[in-house]
Amino acid sequence: MMRMVKRSKMPRSKSTGIRLLAIFLALFTSAILITALSLHPLEVYLALFKGAFGSAYRIREVAVKATALTITSLGIAIAFKMQFWNIGGEGQICMGAFFASFVALNYPELPRPLLLTLMICAGMLGGGLWALIPAYLKAKWKTNETIITLMMNYVALKWLMYLQFGPWKDPQALGFPKIPNFSLNAILPKVWGVHLGWIFALLLVILVSIFLNHSKKGYEIAVLGESENTALYAGINISKTIVTAIFISGALCGLTGMIQASAVNNTLSMEISGGIGFTAIITTWLASLKPPLILVVSVLFAALVQGGSFIQTAVGIPQAVAGLLQGLILFFVLGSEFFIRYKVVWDRPFFNPATKEAQE
Amino acid sequence: MEFISMEGITKIFGSVIANRNVDFQVNFGEIHALLGENGAGKSTLVNMLSGIYTPDSGSIFIRGKEVKLASPRVAIDAGVGMIHQHFKLVEVMTAQENIVLGQKGRSFLRSEALTQKIKELSDRFQLGVELGKKVYEMSVGEKQTLEILKVLYRGANILILDEPTAVLTPQETEKLFQIMRRMKDEGCAVIFITHKMNEVLTISDRLTVLRKGEKVKTLETKNTNTRELAELMVGHPVNLSINRAATNKGEILLEVKDLTCVNEEKVEVLKGLNFTLSSGEILGVAGIAGSGQKELCEAIAGLYPIKKGEIFFESVNLVGLTPRKIIVKGISMSFVPEDRLGMGLVASMDMVDNIILKDYQNQKGLLINRKPAAAKAVNIIKKLEISTPGIHHPIKELSGGNIQKVLLGRELDSHPKLLITAYPVRGLDINVSYKIYDLINEEKKKGVAILFVGEDLDVLLELCDRIMVLCHGEITGIVEARETTKEDLGLLMAGEKHGSLGGHDR
Repeated sequence: MMRMVKRSKMPRSKSTGIRLLAIFLALFTSAILITALSLHPLEVYLALFKGAFGSAYRIREVAVKATALTITSLGIAIAFKMQFWNIGGEGQICMGAFFASFVALNYPELPRPLLLTLMICAGMLGGGLWALIPAYLKAKWKTNETIITLMMNYVALKWLMYLQFGPWKDPQALGFPKIPNFSLNAILPKVWGVHLGWIFALLLVILVSIFLNHSKKGYEIAVLGESENTALYAGINISKTIVTAIFISGALCGLTGMIQASAVNNTLSMEISGGIGFTAIITTWLASLKPPLILVVSVLFAALVQGGSFIQTAVGIPQAVAGLLQGLILFFVLGSEFFIRYKVVWDRPFFNPATKEAQE
Repeated sequence: MEFISMEGITKIFGSVIANRNVDFQVNFGEIHALLGENGAGKSTLVNMLSGIYTPDSGSIFIRGKEVKLASPRVAIDAGVGMIHQHFKLVEVMTAQENIVLGQKGRSFLRSEALTQKIKELSDRFQLGVELGKKVYEMSVGEKQTLEILKVLYRGANILILDEPTAVLTPQETEKLFQIMRRMKDEGCAVIFITHKMNEVLTISDRLTVLRKGEKVKTLETKNTNTRELAELMVGHPVNLSINRAATNKGEILLEVKDLTCVNEEKVEVLKGLNFTLSSGEILGVAGIAGSGQKELCEAIAGLYPIKKGEIFFESVNLVGLTPRKIIVKGISMSFVPEDRLGMGLVASMDMVDNIILKDYQNQKGLLINRKPAAAKAVNIIKKLEISTPGIHHPIKELSGGNIQKVLLGRELDSHPKLLITAYPVRGLDINVSYKIYDLINEEKKKGVAILFVGEDLDVLLELCDRIMVLCHGEITGIVEARETTKEDLGLLMAGEKHGSLGGHDR
């Protein structure tokens, strides 16, 4: 018989070793797959790397993707620290983008710094308020936040769809359902060829790090996440802590929405979130909620996505295979976490003399 | 040869040696006590006898024949039955159904012949179990007796009782002892695990002391005394008297009036409590586990909803205040639950983060300065002799006793005016227990009012000024500790009101 036994604790070197082995196994398994497609695995991997870092343009693309992932992951990390399972990043991104777009489309002629500041505030407010709904329901009636945040993603998405096909449809687009482009003043400027968002992301990594590890609120969030009873015992105002943490969590996702709308799409559309809210859950978890690690994991992830889309054209493999590669790497890395926490023990009852004795 | 013999038993868990080369012999027809501090390896040793663990090395013989006890079922077939601290009974079933449950080849749980057979067994050992009674209607003592009958029915003649008296009143304990004597007369071997020395001296024929996984000595009970046993358990002489500090009662600090609380099922768990507590006084709270102790502590700390009544602290009514405001007033509550972590500590955090739990809100600004707490942690480690790899080690990886010391250390360090402490020495070594009693006495000398919820009646009598007894959420009596006996407390715990105690002395 096989049993799982919880491990007490593992030295850092060993757990890193297991993770590296997982990546190696993922690459190995993918290699078999690639060989079956009559391609050379090493060539594909090289192309993958080149696709992500091979030119200044590609590096900038990776930076853009990593920015969105990092900021969203930071937001999700705050909620997760409180063991509030915010699966609603997508919806919060949508609503942040919606609020920011509202400002951008209604006041296109405002001076650039003012307009962008207003858009940032609006975006964060939008994401934060949207996240507050499930937080309020949980604080008040102990509803399950996982389900509610998930469902609210679809509500937000359909709301953008309604806007795109209805009231906000661009009359000059010849019947094509799209929302008008933002004015130039509503678009984030670039620094070193990448929009300003990357600087926000780096600053936020530091700020969220301080917030979670050194602030009173961050401490309260951690205590509350561990046990509501203990929080109560310590005199922590539970509703207030939930509301603050979730507002910040949603606000950061909302900021991503604003950045995507302003700098990447230059307008609002249904595709604004593009799955970032879901991917960020994985990156947050892989980074074990630690802001500096979130940055590293997000960059790697962005590189994987960018490289993945490149090899489709470069080596000529179907899109599905690129997705498969990503999936396999994730599968192995996430799966390895299991072996870091548990070990497998094999019992061999048939060789135990006592059992024989009992059967006699 | 009529005995059970464990020879050269060694059991290692990871890096911890739970038992090292232990020899242990029990005769049939004797009550053998296994004595030792927490973590001495008592439970590990008997768990190997009852088939839960298998020894890494060493052999077990029953009546001279070597046995391999690979599972609890093999062990019960060999005649070893264990009564665990936590009962393994199905609440909605009757006694008889529980006894027959899980036995092979019996589809009908209520046949006449079966009833007759169980009844005979019950009578032979004078257990007096009502076979038709549902388990949820039984008292703790009755449930325990049922557990005993259950293992007897399965053919056990070697009985292991793991700290059986922890949940019993003195009267129920006496009844259990009678049953144990009866089992001994019937030729059973009874192994009795405990860390209460007076019980060992009362009931056992021989005893074996374990310390840090090794056997210290086996001796005849009649040739020993508490002092020697404590010394054997701890490894050096211990002073076993609590130095009760002279009482210098000040003003009334806490006044509870008609306090009534209901739980989630709308059952009254506290029924109109009235009492006062002065500064410089220790008020003990005695009662069977679950008589309302937890609710009382939590109600004062603002954590339990109050249905009716008032709690005055320095003439201010606490009812309706937030826990935070109550902490600020100088009330500290520490409740050590059975799992020891409960609500006072955050398991995954380190000592420093646990120490700031109650006072970080007093710091100015948005950020937390952890330096003072780190210094405090070092201090507490020294004062309470906490063994930990360091102040930044997650406390859930410490042993139960050490976790508890972190909690107590923090609460004592907060310099409260009212200290509520429930089961502060639960499962601690004798040494540390007495150190904690001294610390509580020191607080008393400083004029702190102390509400001490305890389970060991001897300690309550020696430590407290007055003792309040709870039974089913009611106060059955508040007595002067210096003028009360354990028997009186026992009767109050069982629900007899203070006024009706008069005829007791006859």
